[in-house]
Amino acid sequence: MSEHLLEVKDLKQHFPVRTGFMKKTMLKAVDGVSFCIDEGETLGLVGESGCGKTTVGRTILRLYEPTGGEVRYKGNLITRDNIEQYRREMQIVFQDPYSSLNPRMTVADIVGEPLDIHHLYKTKAERQEKIVRLLDLVGLNSDHARRYAHEFSGGQRQRIGIARALAVGPRFIVCDEPVSALDVSIQAQIINTFEELQERLGIAYLFIAHDLLVVQHMSRRIAVMYLGRIVESAPSDEIIDRPIHPYMQSLISAIPIPDPDTARARHRIPLEGDVPSPLNMPSGCAFRTRCRYATEQCARECPALRETGDGHFVACWHPQA
Amino acid sequence: MSLLQVKNLHTSFFTDSGEVHAVNGVSFNLDKGKVLGIVGESGSGKSVTAYSILQILTEPGRITEGEVLFDGADIRKYSKSQMRAFRGSKISIIFQDPMTSLNPVYTVGNQLCEAIRLHSNRTRRQAHERAVEMLRLVGVNEPEKRVRQYPHELSGGMRQRVMIAMALACEPDILIADEPTTALDVTIQAQILELMQELQRKLGMAIIMITHDLGVIAEMCDEIIVMYAGRVCERGTSDAIFYHPCHEYTKGLLRSIPKISKNHEKLVPISGSPVDLLNLPGGCAFAPRCEKAMKICLSRQPEEIPINDEQIAACWMNVRNVYDEAAKGGERP
Repeated sequence: MSEHLLEVKDLKQHFPVRTGFMKKTMLKAVDGVSFCIDEGETLGLVGESGCGKTTVGRTILRLYEPTGGEVRYKGNLITRDNIEQYRREMQIVFQDPYSSLNPRMTVADIVGEPLDIHHLYKTKAERQEKIVRLLDLVGLNSDHARRYAHEFSGGQRQRIGIARALAVGPRFIVCDEPVSALDVSIQAQIINTFEELQERLGIAYLFIAHDLLVVQHMSRRIAVMYLGRIVESAPSDEIIDRPIHPYMQSLISAIPIPDPDTARARHRIPLEGDVPSPLNMPSGCAFRTRCRYATEQCARECPALRETGDGHFVACWHPQA
Repeated sequence: MSLLQVKNLHTSFFTDSGEVHAVNGVSFNLDKGKVLGIVGESGSGKSVTAYSILQILTEPGRITEGEVLFDGADIRKYSKSQMRAFRGSKISIIFQDPMTSLNPVYTVGNQLCEAIRLHSNRTRRQAHERAVEMLRLVGVNEPEKRVRQYPHELSGGMRQRVMIAMALACEPDILIADEPTTALDVTIQAQILELMQELQRKLGMAIIMITHDLGVIAEMCDEIIVMYAGRVCERGTSDAIFYHPCHEYTKGLLRSIPKISKNHEKLVPISGSPVDLLNLPGGCAFAPRCEKAMKICLSRQPEEIPINDEQIAACWMNVRNVYDEAAKGGERP
């Protein structure tokens, strides 16, 4: 049996989209994604908008029924029928702390709802005690329990969202852009909260974000997506220092670095044009339309993810080592 | 004399729940052809400062005090029609969201021509030619085709290019860019920033770059203003701000952003929550979140103290440092 906490194999998520009268096209949001996450580990998933990173997170949790592929939790295959029993193990924190909390519920009820659903207490007092403990865990206090979500700032709301995810004692949390909507000074608070929780409780994260600097800080390994596929994955220091895929090289050279000397010294690898529409994907490698090294082979065949050395995987016909 | 001088600008929003002090005494100068960055978190007053300069504040916002001098003339005294002629031709602005700042029911060309014809006496045909030329300048491919297209047919990056083309069509002396790349992806952001730098060199205009992203600021700016709660915390050259920050808030900001590094050191966040602009504290607005806050910080608002020729900071710590150093040297300051 495998040692991994979570194993995702060839996951596919295709959505039918109306593209005309009586005409439907399949939008391949996720098209064959595989990775594993170990106990207490963080995998960072980066990519630009529309690359399918959020869909991966949601499909793992069966918020969408996948079109193909499989997800295993501790070696057990997750299906539509048995997902309920894994809800206590796997949770999610959403991006937008404003729309992901019910404005009509008090904080105590928001955090307490998962406890109600999973019958995790015997008495009212026990429920209250658990809620206070959860709030304490994320840096809020018991006074906050009776208030409503709108009374809190963005950072505090995100803490409420984290407390709600922690309520059932999960071993794995999908963090879907949890700090993107927050101000810089608050971002650091939430990032540290995630890290402290991991140290204390040993929770594994799938950390989805578009900000490479944040992902690099959080994760042991990073996977990069482009139009529904993983194009490169490696330990996080390795991928930042020695990216191989031409897309990743451009992406890294495009991050604005908060250091004037570094910013002046480096040179960018510009990417021409825009991401193609996922409804009308190029044949072969999806990145070839913007790639400097593209050849005929790239148009013919889609490269598979293969290992180039020591946990470094790349899906490219012309890796730039 | 500086091209643009902002002196002690105060702007408030008079809401039902009270006066929201969005900008509280902002002063700065901008020279010809320079890039000035204004950085701060949401609610720090950076956008409102820009809107106040152009007098495009929405109700119930009002400038309550201060002067805005362009080439020495106080533009706050301008009439409505003078101001209308001034915007676009002298100072123009691009907004954060290229999706909502273009009109969806008019073609791109139509909107570009409107801006051009409002500010120059070109004929319809000349304006059209100018529109195509501007689109080519900002790197839009097939400009002849694009002018006939509607905004929804263009991608986010293309739309932002159109916005830039529109803003530059009348060759303004100053371009205000209000979070121009926040809604865009990293690779597209890099394209737009590169374009702005290139145009700035080519056309020699000055840019006021408003953003919350310290990375963007580091790439683009000659001089930087750090704002908090509607006040200038610190102002200085890009190197001074990043390598010798003198305000506790600037230092905190720099500590709280993740950097590309191997050792994965823990971030040091700024504790507490953003300030409530309805109830500004009496002293330094940052004092409730500041680790080094002293008694005086809670009661008296710090002045903007010059650190050296190229940097000022509004923080009492700097005064204390002067005393400490003087005490070490055994002389009275």
